[in-house]
Parts: sequence; structure tokens; C-alpha cells
Amino acid sequence: MDWTAVTLSLKVAGCATVLDLIAGIAVGYLLARGRFPGRAVLDSFLTLPMVLPPTVIGYYLLVLFGQRGWVGSWLHQRFDINLIFTWQGAVIAAAVVAFPLVFKPARAAFEGVDSQFEQAARVLGISELAVFLRVTLPLAWRGILAGALLAFARAIGEFGATLMVAGSIPGKTQTLSIAVYEAVQAGQDQLASTLVIITSLVSVAVLLAAGQVASPRSVHKR
Amino acid sequence: MRLVSKLNLLIAIAFTGATANSFAVDLTVSAASSLTNAFHDIARSYEAQHAGTKVLLNFGASGALLQQIAKGAPVDVFASADEATMDEAQRQGIVSRKERNDIAGNALVVIVPPHATYSVRRISDLTQGAIKRVAIGNADSVPAGRYAKQALESAGLWSAISSKSITTQNVRQSLDYVARGEVDAGFVYATDAAVRKSEVEIACDVPVTTPIRYPAATVLTSHNQNASRRFIEYLMSPAAQAIFARYGFRPAK
Repeated sequence: MDWTAVTLSLKVAGCATVLDLIAGIAVGYLLARGRFPGRAVLDSFLTLPMVLPPTVIGYYLLVLFGQRGWVGSWLHQRFDINLIFTWQGAVIAAAVVAFPLVFKPARAAFEGVDSQFEQAARVLGISELAVFLRVTLPLAWRGILAGALLAFARAIGEFGATLMVAGSIPGKTQTLSIAVYEAVQAGQDQLASTLVIITSLVSVAVLLAAGQVASPRSVHKR
Repeated sequence: MRLVSKLNLLIAIAFTGATANSFAVDLTVSAASSLTNAFHDIARSYEAQHAGTKVLLNFGASGALLQQIAKGAPVDVFASADEATMDEAQRQGIVSRKERNDIAGNALVVIVPPHATYSVRRISDLTQGAIKRVAIGNADSVPAGRYAKQALESAGLWSAISSKSITTQNVRQSLDYVARGEVDAGFVYATDAAVRKSEVEIACDVPVTTPIRYPAATVLTSHNQNASRRFIEYLMSPAAQAIFARYGFRPAK
């Protein structure tokens, strides 16, 4: 049994979740607290990956990050970076697809933070950054973390956009879901079954963890 | 005399009824990706000649199509891009030998994006450093990939090329990656290259170890055996062969 697809999937999903976490906290906070025109449009736009077919996302990414794409040609000429057919490309695909699962709960969590605590902290004279890092973020953290775990699970399951952007190179970009697809196409049912069971187990474990984090009981336990 | 004409009339009515009935079918055809354009045209002309028949086309890598049928997909006609896949179908009892006919032939070529700075005159040129990525179909399910792998192996080039290979799910994906310039070269059929003439250039022919032929067969579990047979007969008719030729396919024999 070759475990490269498993480790690669975990690596890709992990990196995508970290990217999503950073961007999701920033965007979630901006949408929760910011008052600017086009807020609703921005929210809808960023939610698109959740409703668009993965092939559409894959096509957008291919056109954008490809050798002749706007971003891709710039990255290539400027830094000699090529994202197509690399595991980093798979990270981008997974991060884009899973992003709504992070920023949506983050927004809701920030909106649920009682502003009285923040006011109190300000009265006590700490800086705005400290208010965010020591009051707002800790209070919103549970909702954000639950979203991040769901994003991780979604990133493990990502298939369509990843296949289009990163291809299927064994040991390099062939993630679990793509390895399953190839095994089924080639009639290697035993391999497919093994990979399917591994994927299911990993996903259940992540969902259980997300449920633990999100349930109110875990607060009392701490 | 009167009896004969009455009989004639009866036969005519019965025949019209029978044909109307047996022609009112949806015929599901699973065909290799490289047949996409030709089969679209052939299906349209077949439908025009057989009122009531709808030809539903399903394209993919031959190996993947075989797996779908093996797992119970309701397919009437199967057309693969190589004899090996059809042999496997026959071995699994999906098609029978006597229902099997070669409908077309093809050639394998190496394509490159237009205005490429390197030149590929023969497949050994693919080892040069300027070529970093080569699109090849997955040899486990894509016949074009299998033909390419065999050719590279017999030339002693497989280990050198496989390290830069980008594995694709069907031959049209290889074509698309070259057309987009995402890979430096790719293995496709001559007919695929012709579909996107302005976006890819044929660099050289690939000397294949087994001739490239497309067998088609009725799937034994099909509920439309007669209609399936008629469609396969049509594939070998001069009308269909003319369509194949227009897309650059070679005669099967």
C-alpha cells in the first residue's frame, strides 16, 4: 500500500486550511465590522466557490494561473513560479473551494461577540490591535475553528478543480480523491476500496473534531 | 393476383409497423474520446436516416468506459480506441467476438504548441532539456497513453520521458494541455491534432508497435440488439466512412 496519496492529501488540505484561516479571519472581521458599499456583493462573490461546480472553479483557475493566464504569466516571468501541475496548485484549488466554509462562520462568530467586552478593554487603555488579539479573536475562536475543520474536510474531498489545475501526477499531485478516480477508471477495485475507506475514516475523524469544537458543552469542559 | 397484392399490402403494413417500433429507441453509445467529433456527425446523419432513433453519445477514455459497462451502465454500443480494451471486454463477457468490427484506424503523433522554440523531429528529441512536461494519457485506462508508452518503451525512452510526463484522463485532455501551452509536448492521435489545427502543431509521427484500430461491438446486455447492430453496420457504411475520412481517420483495414 502506497501512502503518498494520503500524506499528500493531508499536506494539501493542511496548507489550504492555514491559508483559508488567515484570509478567512481577515475577511470575516471586515464583513462583520466594516461598513462599506458593496459589502453584500463581496460576501456573495466570496461564497461563489460553494455553489459553483468545481469544473467552473477549475477553469477559472486554469485561465488565471496558467502559463498564459494573467496571474500565471506574471508569476512565471517575474519569479519563475509555475502553479499548474504542482502540489501548490492543488493547495490553491482546495483553498478557493473551501474558503466560504471559513469566512462565513468567522463572520458570524465576530458578529456574535458582545461589543461591551471590547469597549471595556478600550476603557482599560489597550491598543486596537490588542483588543482584537486578546478580546475579539479569543471570543470568536470557537466558531472560526469549527469552520476551519470543515474547510479541512472539504479540502481533503476536493476533486474537480484540483484535477484540472494540478493534474494527476503520482506522488506529486495525485491526492486521495484523484487516486480513487484513477483506480476506478483502471478497474483496480481493491485499491479503490482501500482508498475509499481511508478517505471516509479521515473525513469522519475531522467531522467529529469539528462537532466537538462547535458544541457548547466543550466550553464547560474547559 | 388479388391475394398476392393483399399479402403485399399486409407485409408492407406489418413491416412499417415493425420498423416504426424497433426504430423508436434511445441508443446509448459509449465511444473513445478521440471519436468525439466524427461520432457527433455520424450520429446526426444516422438519426436523420432512422426516424425515431435517438443516439445518445457518451465519451471517455476507453478503459474508463469499459469499467462503466462492467459495473452495469446501460450501454448498447461500445467503441474503443484499441483492440486491447475490446479484448478485455470480450474476456469479461461484455461483448462477443462475432459482434465485433473494426470501424476506423488512426495514427499517433507528438504535438507541440505553435511557435515552440525547440524542435521535435523524432520521439527521442523529447529527452532534450527544453522540454519539461509531456502530456501522456494514463496507460492503465487511456489507449493513446498505452500506444505512447509502448512506443517509448520499445525505443528505450520510457524511463527518460516518464519522469516529465503529465498523466491525463483521456486523449483530449492531452490535446487541451498542449493547446493551452501548459505542457511542452503531448501524445495524441493525428485526428485530435486536426481538430485544433490553429492551436497545436504536429511535430512528428510516433512509430507504434501495434496498429491503431477502433473496434466497435454490441454490448451483450443491451436491450436494443437489433438497433445496435444496425448502428454498427452504419459505422462501416460508405456514408459513415466518408465522415471518418473527413476527420482524418484511416480505413480500418
